Amino acid sequence: MLKKTYDWIDERLNITPIWRDVADHDVPAHVNPANKMSAFVYCFGGLTFLIIITQILSGMFLAMYYVPDVVNAYRSVQYITDEVLLGSIVRGMHFWGASLVIIMMFLHMLRVFFTGSYKAPREMNWVVGVLIFLVVMGFGFTGYLLPWDQKAYWATAVGAQIAESLPFLGVYVKKLLIGGDILGALTLTRFFAIHVFFLPAALLGLLGLHFIMIRKQGIAGPL
Amino acid sequence: MSEKDKQEKKGLSRRQFLTYALGGTGAFMAATIAAPLVPFTIDPLTRSSGGNFVDSGLKEADVKEDFPKLVEFKVFRKDGWIEENVKQRAWVIKDKSGEILAFSPACTHLGCAVSGTLDASGNPKPANDGQWWFHCPCHGGRYDVYGVHDPSTPPQRPLDTYAVKVEGGKIMLGSLGKRKA
Repeated sequence: MLKKTYDWIDERLNITPIWRDVADHDVPAHVNPANKMSAFVYCFGGLTFLIIITQILSGMFLAMYYVPDVVNAYRSVQYITDEVLLGSIVRGMHFWGASLVIIMMFLHMLRVFFTGSYKAPREMNWVVGVLIFLVVMGFGFTGYLLPWDQKAYWATAVGAQIAESLPFLGVYVKKLLIGGDILGALTLTRFFAIHVFFLPAALLGLLGLHFIMIRKQGIAGPL
Repeated sequence: MSEKDKQEKKGLSRRQFLTYALGGTGAFMAATIAAPLVPFTIDPLTRSSGGNFVDSGLKEADVKEDFPKLVEFKVFRKDGWIEENVKQRAWVIKDKSGEILAFSPACTHLGCAVSGTLDASGNPKPANDGQWWFHCPCHGGRYDVYGVHDPSTPPQRPLDTYAVKVEGGKIMLGSLGKRKA
């Protein structure tokens, strides 16, 4: 049945070459853990991506119950955690996953660094990787505010204060960041929009570039 | 024996095995992620509303047999994380057998609020045409004093009724139910 459906579509659209081109590529011996267990360090990039996928999924589902509003945000998060079926698990996925993305991304970066994989001709991909790092940090910073509890509020207050310490422009940067003079309703909606619309768009674009480049240039050779 | 026959005899080919193993692992991983997300999404199906009786503020002795009386009462409602007492209305009448009926004002056609036939000071008066007492402003639905619909107008069943309980002379209203056409 599945095969027949696939064949029917393939006959008309010839989709096999498309996914073949994506999926079929040689895995060099030195990055295959089946050959040498220590090659698992080459999995960190893929694992980072896997966790990003689960972050996107759990985030989409959390958005079904969350409200970015100063009156309701905390209560909606409480509702998710205490009342919705498996809500604490889904929120937990997003909470722990957030830290895991950072950890995995950092391990991936260390692997690239210590294998010298950032060297010519792959410098541009390193740069894109650094941009991804910054976007992920942005996710962490904006997402931290959304539960609208004490920890969220004061962490953002400190973050905004740090932004303000920028020479000359600091005051304006802070005002733009928190959407006004006080950390409040406008900050929450602003951070929410950045967290769920702007940053995901940026991240997906950068990840696309990251993957196209690695496919084009191949995985760096053995040490 | 041709090459093809030989392959079929061996049963599962290496390629097939790897396809299944890869597909199975992928499906397992997808299922792990989906397992909490699906219950999370269908949570509303596990919740039911109401069922508790609340005091309508109306005494049994005040219920008339000729015309329905409008009562306003508060019902506790839990809407996600918002818990509040919302105002609800009911038209209450005693039918010929002495049973108390409490109608919801929501027209059974498309849910607009029906109004009773009242005089200028808001007191019930006999229906203008002698029969149809409730009128719906939206599509001309009409009902008699017992909430029974006129089948020649859009609504096809009588007004919904609240469960009624009398406690110490007070009329308590419960959950809303449908009546047969």
